[in-house]
Amino acid sequence: MRELALSDDILMKIEKPARYIGNEVNSVMKDKEKVDIRFAMCFPDVYEIGMSHLGIQILYDLFNRREDTWCERVYSPWTDLDEIMRKEQIPLFALESQEPIRNFDFLGITIQYEMCYTNILQVLDLAQIPLHARERSESDPIVIGGGPCTYNPEPLAEFFDIFYIGEGETVYDRLLDVYKENKKTGGCRQEFLERAAGIEGLYVPSLYDVTYKKDGTILEFVPNNPHASSTIKKQMVLDVTKAVYPKAPVVPFIKVTQDRVVLEIQRGCIRGCRFCQAGMLYRPTRERDVEVLKGYAREMLANTGHEEISLSSLSSSDYSQLQELVTFLIQTFQGEAINISLPSLRIDAFSLDVMSKVQDVKKGSLTFAPEAGSQRLRNVINKGLTEEVILEGAGQAFDGGWTKVKLYFMLGLPTETEEDMKDIPKLADKIARRYYEIPKEQRNGKCQITASSSFFIPKPFTSFQWAPMYTSEEYIRRAMIVKHEFAEQLNRKSLKYNWHEADVTILEGLFARGDRRIGSVIETAYQKGCIFDSWSEYYDNEKWMEAIEETGTDLNFYVYRSRDLDEIFPWDFIDIGVTKNFLKREWQNALDEKITPNCRAACSGCGAAIYGGGVCVEG
Amino acid sequence: MKVRVKFKKNGAVRYIGHLDFMRYFQKAMRRAQIPISFSGGYSPHMIMSFANPLGVGVTTDGDYFDIEIKHPISSEAAVSQLNQVMVEGVEVLSFLEIAESKKMAGMAIVAGADYLCTIKKGKLPEDWKYQLMPFFSQKEICIVKKTKRSEKEVDIRPMIYNISAEDDGIFMQLAAGSAANLKPGLVMEAFCEYLGVEKDTIAFHTHRLENYADMGENDTRNLVTLESLGTVITV
Repeated sequence: MRELALSDDILMKIEKPARYIGNEVNSVMKDKEKVDIRFAMCFPDVYEIGMSHLGIQILYDLFNRREDTWCERVYSPWTDLDEIMRKEQIPLFALESQEPIRNFDFLGITIQYEMCYTNILQVLDLAQIPLHARERSESDPIVIGGGPCTYNPEPLAEFFDIFYIGEGETVYDRLLDVYKENKKTGGCRQEFLERAAGIEGLYVPSLYDVTYKKDGTILEFVPNNPHASSTIKKQMVLDVTKAVYPKAPVVPFIKVTQDRVVLEIQRGCIRGCRFCQAGMLYRPTRERDVEVLKGYAREMLANTGHEEISLSSLSSSDYSQLQELVTFLIQTFQGEAINISLPSLRIDAFSLDVMSKVQDVKKGSLTFAPEAGSQRLRNVINKGLTEEVILEGAGQAFDGGWTKVKLYFMLGLPTETEEDMKDIPKLADKIARRYYEIPKEQRNGKCQITASSSFFIPKPFTSFQWAPMYTSEEYIRRAMIVKHEFAEQLNRKSLKYNWHEADVTILEGLFARGDRRIGSVIETAYQKGCIFDSWSEYYDNEKWMEAIEETGTDLNFYVYRSRDLDEIFPWDFIDIGVTKNFLKREWQNALDEKITPNCRAACSGCGAAIYGGGVCVEG
Repeated sequence: MKVRVKFKKNGAVRYIGHLDFMRYFQKAMRRAQIPISFSGGYSPHMIMSFANPLGVGVTTDGDYFDIEIKHPISSEAAVSQLNQVMVEGVEVLSFLEIAESKKMAGMAIVAGADYLCTIKKGKLPEDWKYQLMPFFSQKEICIVKKTKRSEKEVDIRPMIYNISAEDDGIFMQLAAGSAANLKPGLVMEAFCEYLGVEKDTIAFHTHRLENYADMGENDTRNLVTLESLGTVITV
């Protein structure tokens, strides 16, 4: 039997010891003497969050298909174990072999959200790997980052040896081959990094220099090494049906956030909402073949024993074979007591029908994401959801017995006025009115309309990347306007309003559009003890504000200012297909309150067609 | 048809708590294609109940849960199918038909269990083996049981059915189940106190060996293994 990295004494006193023992169903064990490459794949958050992530399962499967590679998993130790590991100098270990990851060839870290940045430093620190790439020696693993946040990797540039920009299925194999070859021929770390930089989609930050203008904006971002190319092209799988898929994903012992089989039905989104980063990054939209998905569903349920299956994608209602797939899942698996967990769907006769089949109508709720209260502002953000559609959908659902509606909004969107804010409660009230139009004896008591708002954060590669943010006081002021307006509504007793934390929003904004100089803020905050910042019980705004002050970071420059159209952004060296010119055009359309049609209705020439796949070549 | 499954749980999986271990077996039933029955409703769940839940850190060579199956499957096939989908450290030992009556459910009839306690940290005095019988021969063994609200003195002696010194630790047979239940840790605590060993200097590992039902009549105890109440299924 395997030797565990942690002693019985430790395992018996920490919370949920099963987070750290590995040995789960479908986890991969290999003979370490028979592999050439040891790869530690990390999600820098607690096990239950990390284990719920599909991307890691895909890469775990992809790497372990190679006979020469053993890919293992590692997650952030929770704060109780973190403390013990620091005190007792226990090096962070991988779950499968229970061996220290500092002896591995690679440490891959998926970077899914900004508020995990201090956890990346925690993982490096506990692993006893130098935080800065330039301080790493020949014996340290190559630290490689991937995931959505790497579309602006600059705030993390000094902590990583390589960033993989784009979808993992394309050039990882080549990278591993190059690594093996370099090792065989006795090449050093620097030689490997130079060779890696020659592979499309791989960004080696140490091979670039940045200079700044007096006003703080970028003067020049240029390679300092002949192996580095001036632009990095996003990696994308053209045919997602043929891409590898993990048919036997790891089944955790403890309950995790996503405790079910996940079928990824498509990548990308045709909609083009102007605030949405994913909508631009993953263009063009590519669908997976429905017959292949049916096969995956059968196989994955059989291999895992999960009692639930869900679909994953952006805007799932746009998947052209949705009806067929959902009908198949219900007909095939409901008899076996498999729960079908539906994604949020456009409300129409079909979705109401399937919803009534898979959930208790009395308990279930409908979800709409109008994002903005007024039609004017919805035109600005290009959210093609009208009040008419919402009322019609809600009305049909109410007639069918539903009583609960959830609404999602953003506050602080570009051009937002007080009228726009006040239209949020008004819209919620109109939905409630529609409910109370049903004769009393035919309805199920009161309805419950819950509106939630988050604060808008401009993200790189969106048409709002030039937009300013507001201070946290201003965000709260806006939330209060909405709150007070809710109290004015006729059906206020059936309405509920929640708003998001504002302090964290500012930091997310800082990291999202930050440059290389932001690395020192993250490191300073980490040294002060910031960790698990996405967990409200651990988020410490005071420490972050100290770190910002001590590093002389100007929030006005990074967060609150409007950017000029010709400014060079830290992420401009990445080519996602969608052009900066298109985004500029869309920014102007937003200010003109002009709608842009979705990709299937008409091509708007965003630039993603250069990949020659997906919706760009449909029909 | 009601079925009783006997299993072993050893090694790293001992750190998986009872509820998670139950989830593990529910998923295993599906992977092994055991024709298990479900409750009705929107979120049907498997009908599965454990006779005597194991604490985190405790290992076992003889624990049980009962399930209901929709149609018969041979004991041999079921054991083999289940063992093909187990993780390292878990093994299914038997899969037997049991009586339909609720009174015969594992949870309802479990009355005793065997344990082996071994030292994992610290030391007992050299002569502990000679002290065990005098300890056991006491008329009363009183310990203070702490609950959230109060502390009360309990005599655990009647719940210790047997105790003996073995080469690799201390064997004990204790009361288990809803009527009376004694944890081996409490016995070890009392024994340490009897020996004058400081509680914090020593730690024990608990390994459960077997679970029993009491089939005795009147006031005579007659412990039989939960497994012995089942019969082999042949199809």
